[in-house]
Amino acid sequence: MSSEAIRNTFGTPETHFLNHEKGWKSWAFTLDHKRIGIMYLIGVNVALIMAGIFALVLRSHLWSFDGTGPVKLSNEMYNQMFTLHGAVMVFSFIIPSVPAALGNIVLPMMLGAKDVAFPRMNLASFYLWIAGTGCLLAAILSGNGLDTGWTFYTPYSIETETGVIYATFGAFILGFSSIFTGLNFLVTVNTMRAKGQTWFKLPLFLWSLYATSIIQVLATPVLGITLLMLIAEKTMHIGIFDPKYGGDPVLFQHFFWFYSHPAVYIMILPAMGVISELISVYSQKKIFGYSFIAFSSIAIALLGFLVWGHHMFTSGQSQVVTLIFSAITFTVAIPSAVKVFNWLATLYKGSILLSTPMCYALSFIFLFGIGGLTGLFLGALSTDIHLHDTYFVVAHFHFVMVGGTLTALLGGVFHWWPKIFGRMYNDTLGRISCFLVFTGFNLTFFPQFVMGARGMPRRYATYDPEFQIFHQYSTIGAFVLGFGIVMAYSVLLYAAFKGPRCGSNPFRAASLEWQSSSPPDFHNFTHKVVMTDPYDFDTQVYDEELDTYVHRELAQPTKPVEADPQPATH
Amino acid sequence: MNWQLPTLFGQTKTVLERVQDTTLPGTAVPQSSIERPETGVTYWFPEQASTFAEGVDDLYMFILWVSTVSFVVIVAAMVYLVFKYRRKGKEIVIEPSSSHNTKLEIAWSVLPSILLVPMFWWGATGYFDSRIPRDDAEEILVTASRYNWLFTYPDGDSSSELHLVRDQPVKLVMQSKDVLHSMYIPAFRQKMDIVPGRYTYAYINPTKLGQYRLSCTEYCGEGHSKMRTVAEVHISNEDRKANTQWIKAEHPPWENGSRLYKIHCSGCHRIDGKAATGPALNLTWGRKGKAHNGDPIEANEQYIKESIEYPDKVVVEGFGPVSKMNSFKGILDQDDISHVIAYLKYLQDPSLVTDSPEAAGSPNEGKSGEAEKPESEDEAVSTEDKEDSDA
Repeated sequence: MSSEAIRNTFGTPETHFLNHEKGWKSWAFTLDHKRIGIMYLIGVNVALIMAGIFALVLRSHLWSFDGTGPVKLSNEMYNQMFTLHGAVMVFSFIIPSVPAALGNIVLPMMLGAKDVAFPRMNLASFYLWIAGTGCLLAAILSGNGLDTGWTFYTPYSIETETGVIYATFGAFILGFSSIFTGLNFLVTVNTMRAKGQTWFKLPLFLWSLYATSIIQVLATPVLGITLLMLIAEKTMHIGIFDPKYGGDPVLFQHFFWFYSHPAVYIMILPAMGVISELISVYSQKKIFGYSFIAFSSIAIALLGFLVWGHHMFTSGQSQVVTLIFSAITFTVAIPSAVKVFNWLATLYKGSILLSTPMCYALSFIFLFGIGGLTGLFLGALSTDIHLHDTYFVVAHFHFVMVGGTLTALLGGVFHWWPKIFGRMYNDTLGRISCFLVFTGFNLTFFPQFVMGARGMPRRYATYDPEFQIFHQYSTIGAFVLGFGIVMAYSVLLYAAFKGPRCGSNPFRAASLEWQSSSPPDFHNFTHKVVMTDPYDFDTQVYDEELDTYVHRELAQPTKPVEADPQPATH
Repeated sequence: MNWQLPTLFGQTKTVLERVQDTTLPGTAVPQSSIERPETGVTYWFPEQASTFAEGVDDLYMFILWVSTVSFVVIVAAMVYLVFKYRRKGKEIVIEPSSSHNTKLEIAWSVLPSILLVPMFWWGATGYFDSRIPRDDAEEILVTASRYNWLFTYPDGDSSSELHLVRDQPVKLVMQSKDVLHSMYIPAFRQKMDIVPGRYTYAYINPTKLGQYRLSCTEYCGEGHSKMRTVAEVHISNEDRKANTQWIKAEHPPWENGSRLYKIHCSGCHRIDGKAATGPALNLTWGRKGKAHNGDPIEANEQYIKESIEYPDKVVVEGFGPVSKMNSFKGILDQDDISHVIAYLKYLQDPSLVTDSPEAAGSPNEGKSGEAEKPESEDEAVSTEDKEDSDA
C-alpha cells in the first residue's frame, strides 16, 4: 500500500476486521483477537444483564423486612437469587470482563502485533467460557437451583440437594477459560512486543494485564482442584471437607480463598490499568510516576497471594495466623494508595477533557477510594470481628468490584469503542449515563455500610424492621444503577451502528493501537508501527483533512522525522 | 444521638404494627421488645454491652476519621485539579511539568504506611481482648443446629435464649450439629463461627443489663434469617436461674412439649399455619394427608414418633422425597416425644390435653434431675400419650 493510501485509512478504511469476512461462520470460527474480544464483550454483558436482573429481584424482595413487599420470594428462592447473582457476577462477568473482553481487543494492538500468541487457544477460551457459563446456568434448569452462596462453603454444599455439581463444574471450566487467557497474554507480552518496545515503554494497561495473567495462571488451578475435590466429596464422600466423613470445613475455606482472594485482584488490577490509560489520555499528560504504578501492579499481584486468611478471621483458624494475615493485609493497602496518588498527580497541569470515559475514570477514583478505605475497617482485627459477614462487607466489596471494575469497564468500553467501530458515541448521553451509574451506585451501597455497622447480617431473607429504611434506599439505588448501565450500553449500541464516523485517533492518544485505522484492519496494521512512548502525546498531530490525530511520522510519510518541527502544543 | 434517615413514604406506622405481631423464632421474646433503645446508640453502632465493645468502637471511629480526612483530601484535590486544568475550547495547552518525582512518591508511599501501624496494633490488641477469656470465666456450651440455638449452663440448665449475668465473664464453648453457623451479638461486638467437627470458643464479659439480638451470620440454609434469638443480661445469678431453670415435673406435658418445640423445632416448623422448611405444627395433629409417594398418612402418635426419629421414612407431600430434617433419635427420649405429642394436641385444640388433667398413667420419669419433684404434677400426661408412643 502506498503511503498515501495508508494515510487515507486513518480517515475511513474501506476494509477492516468487521467487513473482512461475513456470515456467522466468520465469527464462530474466527481466530481474530478483535472478533473474539467482541464476542467476549457480548457474552460478559449478557451475564451482567442476567446477574443484574437477579440482583434487582432480590433487592425488590428486601423492600420489606418480613418479605411482604412487591416481590415476594420464599426463603429458598431468595437464597437461590443471591447465590446465582454472586456466582454469575463473579465467575462469568467480573473475572473475564476487562481482561478477556477489552484486553483481548486492545492487548495485541498495544504491542503492535497482529494477534495474540495462540489465537486458537484464545478462541477455545471463549468457548470454554460459554460452556462454563452454560453449566452454571444448568444448575437453574436442573430444577433445584443453587443455594449455597457463591462460595460453596462445606458442609452445606455437600448436604444440599441443589445443583452444586453443575455449578462447581461450571466454575471449574470457567477457571480453564481464565487460565487460557492469562497464559496467552503472558506469552504475547513476552514475545510479541514491537521492535524497540521495551518493558518500560509498555502502556500501563499491559503491566496490569500482565500482573493479572500471573495470578490467573498461578491461582486458578487451585480453585480447579478445590472444586473437583468438592465434587468428589459430594459424590464419593472421600472425607476431606465434610466432618461427617472425617474432613474439615475450614480446610475448604483455606483452599477456596487461596484462589478467591487473588481473584479479587484479577478483577481490580485490569480495571486500574484502564484507569491509568484514561487519566493520562484525557489529561493529555504523561502519566506521573510510571514505574511506581507499574511495580505497584506487580506488588499487588504478589501480595494478593498472601492475604487469603483475612476472609477467615472468625472461622476458627489459629489466632497467630489471624494476626499475621491482618498485618499482611495492611501492606496491600499501600500499592493501591500509591496508584491513586499518581493518578491525581497526573491531573496536575494537564489539559483535562471531561468526556464520558474521563467521567467514568473520575467516578472510579471516588468509588474505589471508598472501597479501599473501608477495607481498613475489615483488615483491623477487632473491628472485623464485629463487621464480618454483615452488610458492611457487602458494601465494601461492591464498592471495589462494581464501583471499581464495572466503572472502569464502562470507561474503557467508551474509550475504545470508536477504535473498534470507527464511530463516535453521543458524549452528552454518555455522561448522563455515568452520572446515573454513579448516583445509583452510591444510593445502593452507601446505606449498607450503616446497616452493617449496626449489625445487619448478610444473606438474610427477612430482617429486623429497623433496617428497612436503609434497604429501601438500597433498592431504589439498584434500579437507578441498572437504568444507568442500560443507558450506557444503549448509547454505545446506537453509536456502533448509527454514530458519526470518527477518524483513527479522535482522542489524541499515543499508544500503538491508535496507529491503526478505526475500525482496525484485519491484520491490525497496514503499515509498520512507529514505536513511540505511549504517553508522549506531542507525537500526535492534528490532520485537518482526515479530522483526526495521526502520528507525525505517519501524517507526512514523505518527510523525514527530524525535519518536522512540530510545536509542543496543538 | 440517634440519627435516623427520614422514612420513605411514611411507612413507619404500618411497619410498627407488623412488628407487634412478630416473635423471634424459638424464644419467648417478642421482636418488638428489643427495638433499638434510645440511649447508648450512635449513628454507627448498637449499644455497647461488653467490656471490649468500647475499644472496637473507638478503633472504628479512629479509622473512620483517618479515612474521611484522606478521602476528602483526595476528592477535593481531584475536583480542584479537574476544574483548574479543564480544557477550555479545542486547544490543548500543556504547561510543562515533571512526570516523575522519586522523593514525593516515596513520601506518599511511606506516610500512609505509618498511619496503618496503629490501626493494626489497636485492632490486634482489641482482638485478643475479645478472644482470650479471663481465668474465672464460667463455661456455657453453645449448640447450634439448623435453625435453633441451645445454651447449656454449668448447672445443667438449658435454654434457647442466652442468659448471662452482668460482670460475670463467660467462655462460650461452641459446637454445631450440622453445618457452619456463626454466633453474632452486635451489642457485644462479638462474633465467632461454629464449625461442625471442631469446637470454637468465644468470650464475653457483659456490662449492661438488657436484651440484645443474637443472630446466625454464617449462611446455613433456608431458615438462616430465622436463626435468631436473644442474649439477655441479668443482674444476678438468681435472676438468671429463674429464667433458665425448667423443672419438667412442675409443668403439664404440653408445656414441656412447648419448651422442646422452642429449642428443637421452631427453626423449621411454625405454629401460625404457615409452612416453612417443614409443615406448620398447629395444623398437624390428626391431619389426614398424603405422603410424597402418594400413600395416605394420618398424623397420629405413631406417625409423629416415627417422623421425629426417622424423618426420611414417610415424608409429607410437598416436603420430600428427602426430608430436610435431622433425626432426633437419641436427642429426644421417649418422654420428650410424648410431651411434644401433647403439645401438638394442645396446638390443635387445648381441650384435648388440658381438660383431663386427672387422666393419669404417666410415663414421665422426671429425668432432668431437678431437686424437688412434686409427685402430683407428674400425673398430668394423658393416657394415649403413653400407649401410643410406646407402640
